[in-house]
Amino acid sequence: MKRTLRTLASAMLAISMAAFTAGAANAQVLFWSSQAAPVEETQKVREQVLKGFEGVDFQPQEPGPFITRIEAEMAAGSGSIGVVGGLHGDLSRYADNWVDLSDVDLAGIAVSPAFLELGKLGTTEQKYLPWMQATYVMAANKQALEYLPDGADLNALTYDQVIAWAKAMAEGTGSPKFGFPAGPKGLKHRFFQGFLLPAYTGSEVTKFRSAEAEEAWNKFKELWQYTNPASTNYDFMQEPLLTGDVWLAFDHIARLGEAFNQKPDDFVAFPAPAGPKGRAFMPVLAGMAIPKSAPDVDAAKALVKYMMQPETQAATLVATNFFPVTDATLPADLPASAKALGPAVTAMTSASDALPALLPVGLGDLGGQFNQVYIDTFERAVLGGQDLRQVLDQQAETLRALMVQANAPCWLPDQPSEGPCPVE
Amino acid sequence: MPQKALPYLLLLPATLFLLVFFVYPFLQIAILAFSGPEGFTLKPFLTMATHWKFQTTLSNTILLTAIIVPIQLVLALSMASIVAKLKTGRNTILYIFTIPLGLSDLAAGIIWLAIFEQSGFLNSMLVGLGLTERPMLFLGYQNLWMIFVAVILAEVWRATAIVMVILVSGMGLIPKEYYEAAEVFGAGPWKRFTKVTLPMLRPSLQTALILRTIAAFEVFAVVVALGGTTLPVLMGETFNWQFALSDRNVAAAYALVILVISIASTLFFLRVLRTPKGATI
Repeated sequence: MKRTLRTLASAMLAISMAAFTAGAANAQVLFWSSQAAPVEETQKVREQVLKGFEGVDFQPQEPGPFITRIEAEMAAGSGSIGVVGGLHGDLSRYADNWVDLSDVDLAGIAVSPAFLELGKLGTTEQKYLPWMQATYVMAANKQALEYLPDGADLNALTYDQVIAWAKAMAEGTGSPKFGFPAGPKGLKHRFFQGFLLPAYTGSEVTKFRSAEAEEAWNKFKELWQYTNPASTNYDFMQEPLLTGDVWLAFDHIARLGEAFNQKPDDFVAFPAPAGPKGRAFMPVLAGMAIPKSAPDVDAAKALVKYMMQPETQAATLVATNFFPVTDATLPADLPASAKALGPAVTAMTSASDALPALLPVGLGDLGGQFNQVYIDTFERAVLGGQDLRQVLDQQAETLRALMVQANAPCWLPDQPSEGPCPVE
Repeated sequence: MPQKALPYLLLLPATLFLLVFFVYPFLQIAILAFSGPEGFTLKPFLTMATHWKFQTTLSNTILLTAIIVPIQLVLALSMASIVAKLKTGRNTILYIFTIPLGLSDLAAGIIWLAIFEQSGFLNSMLVGLGLTERPMLFLGYQNLWMIFVAVILAEVWRATAIVMVILVSGMGLIPKEYYEAAEVFGAGPWKRFTKVTLPMLRPSLQTALILRTIAAFEVFAVVVALGGTTLPVLMGETFNWQFALSDRNVAAAYALVILVISIASTLFFLRVLRTPKGATI
């Protein structure tokens, strides 16, 4: 019996020793990020972007676990996360949780004033500093260009022209060549929220079940006939573009980059199409914030400052395909993806009919359910072939309930609202 | 220390482990499923049951289980009979049969994805043999039944061995005398199987069926790998509500549904396959 006790005691000792060593290894600043989660990007951020900063542990996460840990540390009132890197929508959920960053020394760096203003989250404090920006564009295999409808200008396409183009390719090659990221991790909902619906309705939420919205969905159903049915398995369009299964695709620039890097001469990038209400597009802004429970706020601020430096911003572009938020001069030896996608982004954001539609703001942890409304509409009306009018009416009810529950006022391009954003 | 206390002391770590990592989380889940911002509520269950996907999710899960478990049972019985009969090479065959057990379910899903994908092994073979002109899309949303078949194949391939291992050990426990007696009375191989092996195997069958059925209700990684969200199952929806939709109350409600049907099936097998008193070997 004595021996048993002694074994038990030494086991306990071993466990506490292990816990102690794990605690000691925590001296690094933990950079908790929802961005650069694909493993290649993570590696590049660690090896190239962060190589000039001593003592940082970059840990990107899936959206769920990312939020869960932030909330857990908030609830516990103590934590080990030093810097949180997330999208504007993620960071705006927890405005009270962030340290004021207005004393971070940004001498000699011109940060986009509009982005700095967004980073205040409606308060007087700098709740987060902008980190990097991105958006979504179209990409095409050069072989697709011969099917481009007559008179169509790549930089000023309309949805009707895209449909005609996809149709011509399907008929010309014998198989559908348009591709859409409708896989489980694909960003399909962003297309509906920020591109298709605003282009037809000028709204993301308010006119969800309007006749214009119905027209938009019908256009998409038309396009879907000429869409590669494997699209429901596509998460990153760069992959089917590279294999040649798809010749024309829509996706986030970070999810198209590899196609341009691997075969720079095979692809072209250009703005998303325009609808009757304009060329709607969704700008994506990522920012960095420091939780009040951060173990070493000064070290965390030093890391944020490092991330804002011109060289770091340029390295971030190379690593993640997200563009700088500062006036950082870009190196001449940019990768092919940045060279091809940069002009497409500029052409879209500065188009005369440009219509920015922001990512959801103020939805708190209902963001996932908000996306699901659009995903469900797609799965039911387009994949399931259910009656569109009925689906829109039912999903509009869900959407309205969500807006009331979150008490979220409208955001661009919807008109500002008193109280929760209405669904007409 | 009295010798009497020793068994309890030895049980203590396992009991503590179960209390901390099973009973405590279970209680938390149960509380979550019945709570909302306003306290006790049935709203999570209402949200779950009225969601347009719930019916499909529930029937997909039950249908998958109802197909997979019987196939596995029949296969495992024949595999176990073969192994039990073998004089030489028994261990080798046993090892080969149990190789898939060493894989995680996600790995198994990915292996079968590599076979069925548009650019996968099956398509390259079909095209190579000239049977089809261009690769076919097997796992698209239009061929739901094909995803079903792929999931069933992957699950059968992956998890039949665990049933077989339990049955092999059960068959080893059946005394030879019963077979000899049956043979003396002129029973053929089939008769011996149905009249001796099957009844004597009851306790092992019970264990194997309970284990497999519960695992089948929890099928997740294989389905995600092969069908994404095209083929919704209970476990996948639980994950979805917890992480994508960040509503842990509804996720907890889903978890409780899985628990309830698991308990129901366990009770069913305990009752149907119970060993009558005094009939033990």
